[in-house]
Amino acid sequence: MSAARMSPLYAGRRRRNSIFMALAGASTLVGLGFLAAILVTLVVQGFGALNPRVLTAMTPPPGSDGGLLNAIAGSLVMTLLGVLVGTPVGMLAGTYMAEYGRYSQITHVVRFVNDILLSAPSIVVGLFVYEIMVAPMGHFSGLAGGVALAIIVIPVVVRTTEDMLLLVPDPIREATTALGAPRWHMISHVAYRAAKAGIITGVLLAVARISGETAPLLFTALNNQFWSTNLNAPMASLPVIIFQFAISPYADWRDLAWAGALLITAAVLLLSIAARALNMKRGS
Amino acid sequence: MAELTLVQEHPVSATARGSSLRRLARTDAFFHGLTRAAALAVLGVLMGVILALVIGAWPALSHFGFSFLVSQSWNPVTEKFGALAPIFGTIITSAIAMLFAVPIGIGVAIFLTEICPPLLRRPVGIAIELLAGIPSIIYGIWGLFVLAPLLQRTIQPFLIDLFGNVPLLSSLFAGPPYGIGVLTASIVLAIMILPFITSITRDVFEQVPPMLKEAAFGLGCTTREVIRKVVIPYTRVGVTGGCMLALGRALGETMAVTFVIGNAHKINASLLAPGTTISATIANEFTEAVGDLYTSALIALGLLLFVITFIVLAIARVMLARVARKAGK
Repeated sequence: MSAARMSPLYAGRRRRNSIFMALAGASTLVGLGFLAAILVTLVVQGFGALNPRVLTAMTPPPGSDGGLLNAIAGSLVMTLLGVLVGTPVGMLAGTYMAEYGRYSQITHVVRFVNDILLSAPSIVVGLFVYEIMVAPMGHFSGLAGGVALAIIVIPVVVRTTEDMLLLVPDPIREATTALGAPRWHMISHVAYRAAKAGIITGVLLAVARISGETAPLLFTALNNQFWSTNLNAPMASLPVIIFQFAISPYADWRDLAWAGALLITAAVLLLSIAARALNMKRGS
Repeated sequence: MAELTLVQEHPVSATARGSSLRRLARTDAFFHGLTRAAALAVLGVLMGVILALVIGAWPALSHFGFSFLVSQSWNPVTEKFGALAPIFGTIITSAIAMLFAVPIGIGVAIFLTEICPPLLRRPVGIAIELLAGIPSIIYGIWGLFVLAPLLQRTIQPFLIDLFGNVPLLSSLFAGPPYGIGVLTASIVLAIMILPFITSITRDVFEQVPPMLKEAAFGLGCTTREVIRKVVIPYTRVGVTGGCMLALGRALGETMAVTFVIGNAHKINASLLAPGTTISATIANEFTEAVGDLYTSALIALGLLLFVITFIVLAIARVMLARVARKAGK
């Protein structure tokens, strides 16, 4: 149909449609543009500042040469602690919701609360852990940082464990039970195995989430300019160091902040891509 | 029946079997109790957070009473604390962020579900979701060193020139272009919550029965008309729920805002002026707070933030649960 023979009404509708489609496309370009802008900045600034000393030297005082080793180590220690504490609790809670208490009232309440905790402000978690650990103990500590991160891990793992266990077909459960296996045996040997890839995905996503978290560490682990693996003492972490260095007036600190930012983003994006790949394998 | 024969033929092994069955039952009861305790621990975390914040905030709340919510003064020296400026900053930055992010986020979802060639659908979807994976501190450092100078040089002088002589609007864009400030914080927030809006909107758009859309196309509707008259009305609750969820995120976002808002305890009509939010105030001042009243006032801010986000997120979840139930049927 040529434009000349189109009724004015139809032509107007077509025109509005094209504008609408163009706006939707433009929105997508805006979103992708911001992603590209952030990644390009990180790569340019981060690679410029990246050198072997970043991975081998301690955080320097202003004006001298140094690296991020103690911050990287602190981040690894606290992330590990957060995952080791948070994963079992989250998995067990998710197991209750999908298996033992699938139809119980508790499950409904826990699911609702868990979904809210999933997006609750992480700085409030920092305040909470400050109140229950730092204030009574009288000092900041890596342990408190790890606990704060664990509280962030729990809702993520609860959610994925429940979702993944609910995907396991009930006939498999019935077949296992018919063979005489007790319920916990059915869960640990059959249901967990069937849901393994999904649950690991959840844990990976949780690790990705906490490895960039700054707010909950500010008043729990605080910071430490020196090498320390003592969980009972303040501990450095990459995000907190980035925060401190980026807002400082010293050029070499800012460079280190960019290097750290690149490292964290690379780690987080790799983790979420790995989680996604794992999930895709399960889907196929 | 088989069990009965077994018992008659081997009485000894039957007792052994009985005891091992009892042992298995005990283990099962233990495992049941353990998982239940873990589930209750999730509730315990929520209760603990509320309790700890209320206890910590009590000195400030009882000292200032209702004036804590309506007073603008924030003076650590005279120990006069009022939360109005951070509350105002939190609400205004989140509102502006929603103003940017909702149309763009829904636009991306429309592009992904209705327009995008199937081959590009997955990569574009993943790319947008990667935005959600970038840690907030990265948004902060990028906002401070890239976005703020850019806005200071280009958009902010433009806005000042454009609205400088327009009544009412001129006060919104008054003052020098600092770069950092309320507007910059709002833009960074908008980028951060965009993927949340897109991902939920896309999911609910995909739940629209194809028959409905095809019927509308069959009547001669354009894509725009199908989306506005069929898809959006069908998914209104889900889209609103997704936007509320994003709002909850925006209200509580800390690090990105702390970098770019300027941290000034002042309520300023100008969007270009520095301000503060609840979370930025806590992040900046908590470790340096001296005196119990100061610390307590900051915890009271945290309690306030938690209550606000809790309500917003609860509404979001109720809406999304309604959608999920509808899809399940």
